Amino acid sequence: MSHSLDAYLVLAGILFSIGTFGFLARRNAISMLMSIELMINAVNLTIIAFGAFIPTLKVQGSVIALIVLAVAAAEATVGLSIVIAIFRNRKTPLVDEYDTMRD
Amino acid sequence: MAIPDALPFINLAWGDLLFLILSAVLVGSALLVVTLRDIIRCGLAMMVCFAALAGLYVLIGAPLVAAAQVLVYIGAISVLVLFAIMLTQTKAAPARLVFQTQALPAAIAAAILAFLIALTVGATNWNAVSAPIRTGTAILARVLFDQFVLPFEIVSVLLLAAVIGGIFLAKREQDGPA
Repeated sequence: MSHSLDAYLVLAGILFSIGTFGFLARRNAISMLMSIELMINAVNLTIIAFGAFIPTLKVQGSVIALIVLAVAAAEATVGLSIVIAIFRNRKTPLVDEYDTMRD
Repeated sequence: MAIPDALPFINLAWGDLLFLILSAVLVGSALLVVTLRDIIRCGLAMMVCFAALAGLYVLIGAPLVAAAQVLVYIGAISVLVLFAIMLTQTKAAPARLVFQTQALPAAIAAAILAFLIALTVGATNWNAVSAPIRTGTAILARVLFDQFVLPFEIVSVLLLAAVIGGIFLAKREQDGPA
């Protein structure tokens, strides 16, 4: 099981789906950002699994995963500071109350 | 006394046992992240999820990525998320409804997505080898600083821009109502 690419890919797919559910269903903006982190990690797991099991991608998989890790850190920084800036103006972290442009 | 290759009685290899434990922890804590009511507990469950993922990276033979996962995700991003939770807590928030009204369709869509991914993975022949290839740190450093040196530099500039942008966005205005 730990020696099969399919097991890792299915596990990453399950993790990605859980992240999708969280992003669509949660009301809190920070919960949505945490769900995005789960999805990024699922994609990173697929990249590393491909790098480990396909000989032509041997080292490149790990290198790309490291770069994705750094980009995810940048994304988290900017996303969380946007949430904090919105919270300062609207006094709520719940995304369904950000409805200024609706009416 | 030598340790046997496989687990006694059920004939399960040690790698498979570790994989099962780590993936159970991973999926369980990920479910806790998206379902718990208290958002601080969601953040702590996210740390457990990242730790299980780091264990999986070690199992698959990418130790440097596992170390970076521990440093970047458990050490930095989780702390960032916990600070953001602390700055955006309102007294009423945990007591009210956690999910949007479209939670049930979202759950169905996510389940269908997982099913489709599993189906696709099972139906494709990836030409994979039968055992994971371990990526040593020396060769990884050689490739990172030789073939991938330009993306590496671009990522460092991106991180600098993200830090400056984060400070600018989260900064309180000098004379505005703030």
